Amino acid sequence: MATSATAHAHAAPQGFIRKYIFSLDHKVIGIQYFFLALTAVWVGMALSLLMRLHLYWPSAVLPIVGEIKPEQYLSLLTMHGTIMVFFVLTTAPQGGFGNYFLPIQIGAPDMAFPVLNMLSFWTTFVAFVTIIAAFFVSGGAPLHGWTGYPPLSAIQQAGPGEGLGADLWITSIAIFCLASLMGALNFLTTTLDMRAKGMTMMRMPLTVWSWFITAILGLLAFGVLLSAGILLLMDRNLGTSFYVPLVVVNGQIMGHKGGSPLLWQHLFWFFGHPEVYIAILPGMGVTSQILSTFSRKPIFGYKAMVYAMLAIGFFGFMVWGHHMFMSGMSPYSAFAFSLLTMGIGVPSAIKTFNWLGTMYKARIRFQTPMLYAIGFVSLFVSGGLSGPFLAQPVLDIQLHDTYFVVGHFHLIMGVAAIFGMFAATYYWVPKMFGRMMNETWGRIHFFITLLGTYAIFMPMHYLGIAGGTRRYSQYTEVAYLQKLMPIHGFMTYAAIITIAAQFIFVINLFWSIFKGPKASDNPWQATTLEWTTATPPPHDNFGGVTPVVHNGPYEYGVPGAARDYVMQTDPAVAPAH
Amino acid sequence: MGLALLVVIWLITFASTYFFAAKTWWLPAGASAAAGFIDGQFTLTLVLMGIVFLAAQLALGYFAWKYRERPSSPPVAYSHGNVKLEIVWTALTTVLFIGLNLMGSKVWASQRFDAAGPDAVQVEVTGMQFAWYFRYPGPDGKFAPTSVKLMDPSAGGEAAVGLDTSNPDAKDDIVTGTMYLPVDREVDVSLRSVDVIHSFFVPNLRFKQDAVPGLNIHMHFHPTQIGEYEIACAELCGLGHYKMHGMVHVVSQDDYDKWLAAREAEKQ
Repeated sequence: MATSATAHAHAAPQGFIRKYIFSLDHKVIGIQYFFLALTAVWVGMALSLLMRLHLYWPSAVLPIVGEIKPEQYLSLLTMHGTIMVFFVLTTAPQGGFGNYFLPIQIGAPDMAFPVLNMLSFWTTFVAFVTIIAAFFVSGGAPLHGWTGYPPLSAIQQAGPGEGLGADLWITSIAIFCLASLMGALNFLTTTLDMRAKGMTMMRMPLTVWSWFITAILGLLAFGVLLSAGILLLMDRNLGTSFYVPLVVVNGQIMGHKGGSPLLWQHLFWFFGHPEVYIAILPGMGVTSQILSTFSRKPIFGYKAMVYAMLAIGFFGFMVWGHHMFMSGMSPYSAFAFSLLTMGIGVPSAIKTFNWLGTMYKARIRFQTPMLYAIGFVSLFVSGGLSGPFLAQPVLDIQLHDTYFVVGHFHLIMGVAAIFGMFAATYYWVPKMFGRMMNETWGRIHFFITLLGTYAIFMPMHYLGIAGGTRRYSQYTEVAYLQKLMPIHGFMTYAAIITIAAQFIFVINLFWSIFKGPKASDNPWQATTLEWTTATPPPHDNFGGVTPVVHNGPYEYGVPGAARDYVMQTDPAVAPAH
Repeated sequence: MGLALLVVIWLITFASTYFFAAKTWWLPAGASAAAGFIDGQFTLTLVLMGIVFLAAQLALGYFAWKYRERPSSPPVAYSHGNVKLEIVWTALTTVLFIGLNLMGSKVWASQRFDAAGPDAVQVEVTGMQFAWYFRYPGPDGKFAPTSVKLMDPSAGGEAAVGLDTSNPDAKDDIVTGTMYLPVDREVDVSLRSVDVIHSFFVPNLRFKQDAVPGLNIHMHFHPTQIGEYEIACAELCGLGHYKMHGMVHVVSQDDYDKWLAAREAEKQ
């Protein structure tokens, strides 16, 4: 392993462009991904604010954007979903923190393929520019939702935004798939090939396991979406009929024949369901890491955690049909998909039990990263428990395509994953930038955000139970929906407050990066390899030394040890897991 | 800080639970044979998941407070886990989830595995941007063929669904914009769409099914209460999705027969 590490070594660059723009250093690339995702999340959040304002005040004339028309609402919805799923939930946890910390946590000087790593970031950047461009072309951004079901997404005449905007949308996703495939290859090779001496697979931090399994999912899932996207582009522009049968739009017969709209749904969700785990697995990893560190206790059931993540990854590829119970798919296959979906709840429950087990009889320290990790567990439980409702096709008869679904996935893959990112940010910014973040503002940010996200997303379940359909630009045309408007009002006010609180976070982040108190090498008294090196780490991560690992990743509170934590590089004190 | 977490997590937990338990917003009144089963399965799932929700959240808040670090805290329990416990909670969760699934599956099978009986009322439902049309075969019990070449959505009615009026079976076919159904009879709907995917959702009847271009999907349901029920399109179909609205009138068999006869008379 040491030899392969040497073979990949590259000298520290000198010029500004090679150092900060087209850098080969995984740490710089990680920071680039992080700031790309931070930009994207503000765009996505601004879109959601406009949506919420429109939902409660449909005819309001807003500053700058004016009155939002129904088709514009649908464009906001489409772009919000796409930007959040791809450029935030996939980009920050894996591309950002994974890129920065995976090599350091396994004791490697860089990623296995630094050039590929740089290429993967800049490809992601091109994808982001492409999707943003969709706002500015004639017809505007597409209105077909982030799931882009054809024929709506395949036919220009089907609605505004389905022209060039839709082409840019699908092109952006295809480019993003390429970038993710490159990234996944790099993560897998690095984890398998570049681990330091003594860093066995079962001594890897759970963060590394989560990035590793996420990379496997990415490698298998994004290829399918890429192919599906190319077929959609062909249907749109080359007159093929993969997804579109003979249809009449606005009284005009379209030139397609014999295609299957369900084919897209199968391909899309074959990617789309693993994508849920791509978003949440790194959050699980960082939550495990932080819970153990701040509980001053070994993680409860390390092996069970690893097996649970592997099981989630494995079963994650067999449950896509649960998105299609109402699609016209065979009711018999719904039976199988439902059973497998219930099955995937089991490893998720195991993880929750183990997190609680880690906190049991601990000595918990409540710095901001820990608050966010506890928030993650709470949201993961709340979002997870609506899963067994939606996994039952018979309940989907009522709940499918209502706000119940919107509440479910926002809690679990939206804000739980975001809480994972917040936890990671507060935890690792000291290592990345050499400065501590402000604790008081961190705590204030946490409590507003936790209460706020519950206030936004919990009422969505009530709305859905009452039959509140999703993707409606306004609830004015259907009598029973009009009665549900007070719920929309409550959620809109909650969203305004919660979004405002996010300014606390960015101000704290940027202020701390430049002005925060200097961070020591190991401010959290943690055990994994990133805390053994300088802050911020040198170009080759360990300053010419190759770390040798003797311990598991979470040796806290070891009886008889000199201090309450034993670092991975310390002399061996406990048997390996 | 531990206490603050306990208070906030418990507050969120109790507030969330209250609105589920108080049924402040609840399933719309059920008006079909399936409503009892579906609502029962929903309530069962809600109770079981509610217990897990309360237990997990309350424990999380309690642990945060109870095991906060204090000068007087005892040393942590140094443990890498407990295999027996892992096996126990894995087994329990598996039994809970799979059991729940199997119970729901019986209802699903009754709704979707079998075709409608021969005496069911036949209605063809056609979705298009942004309206629903309903076609009844008339006394001959036969739907005449339709053709995309004849479709003219702007004309509405028969022309919108592309009815081939030259076919003898078309003479008694009725096309309307509102659905009429007799109470206490099974309804065999044949769902189709001419342009993009729509979804035929009638919350009170506990019925939802996508209408997919290129497919003709047969589904059945059984209204049990006379009344007027709203249809809301449940699959994003374009800019008018939010107003793709319709009505189902469930009436007595007599009123249904009169209504059909009146439509036939209008047509002749």
